[in-house]
Amino acid sequence: MKFGVIVFPGTNGDFDAYHVIKDVLQQPVDKLWHTVDNLDGYDCVVLPAGFSYGDYLRTGAVARFSPIMGAVEKFAAAGKLVLGICNGFQILLEAGLLPGAMRRNASLQFRNIFVNLRVENNRLPFTSLYREGQVLKMDIAHGEGNYYVDAATLQELEDHNQIVFRYCTPEGEITPAANPNGALMNIAGVCNRRGNVLGLMPHPERSSEGIIGSADGRLVFESILRFWEGRGGNG
Amino acid sequence: MVKAKVFVTLKKSVLDPQGSAVRSGLATLGYHEVQDVRVGKYLELFLDLPAAAAAGRVREMCDKLLANPVIEEYTFEIAEVGQ
Repeated sequence: MKFGVIVFPGTNGDFDAYHVIKDVLQQPVDKLWHTVDNLDGYDCVVLPAGFSYGDYLRTGAVARFSPIMGAVEKFAAAGKLVLGICNGFQILLEAGLLPGAMRRNASLQFRNIFVNLRVENNRLPFTSLYREGQVLKMDIAHGEGNYYVDAATLQELEDHNQIVFRYCTPEGEITPAANPNGALMNIAGVCNRRGNVLGLMPHPERSSEGIIGSADGRLVFESILRFWEGRGGNG
Repeated sequence: MVKAKVFVTLKKSVLDPQGSAVRSGLATLGYHEVQDVRVGKYLELFLDLPAAAAAGRVREMCDKLLANPVIEEYTFEIAEVGQ
């Protein structure tokens, strides 16, 4: 299975994503500069964390116009897998590949902590190896993760099981105190209706090895691989 | 040459964490009459266009990039300026 990790000017999470795919998952992976405009031959692309284009104007607002984003749109429309982590999630929102937008954290602070997440949908290519309701420990590191959608869109997200992860207590309860950024309904990650594009603020790639505090994110990558193998390895 | 003053603000329905912080800062200073604060962005664009043509172009720029329609709205003013 071939992965691509997209690098925009200002991206800094590409090394972590690349490392986990290459060394932990042991799959072929290339870094793709933002000027690449063809994703033929890839099965999954990752938009990693960072501060693309300095996050000027709004997070992800400028990156979405990079040449590679046209290719990512086609890639997603073809049903291939797209994973946006943190800034990558913000870019997918700006590009309209996922619904919603980010506001500044309610605390106005940049938060870099471990959080607990509850798996709300385990029937996706990205989450099939988790149990529904499973509580995960993952790293977050962002200043703008305060997810917002209007009421009508929220209803659509709920109707189609597009809320994938929510911030919770270690016991799995969804409470205001467990919400690190003020996100609506404690939403930490959402997918598109088709389920092949996932964005999340927490960092599965920085939570994939026990030695750095948590290996709970690793199953995101293992699930992707399992999904691909289940389809006969032809993407 | 025209100058466009573009104001981007959060929609009324969207909570503004920065505005809330500024409001409580003002309250700390004794300005208790301040009921609400909304923080927005102000952009100045200088365009090499006749004023009549500028509005359409600026609206396009706002829709495509300068504002995010999910959470923000915008207004703008256009005025002739010297070279």
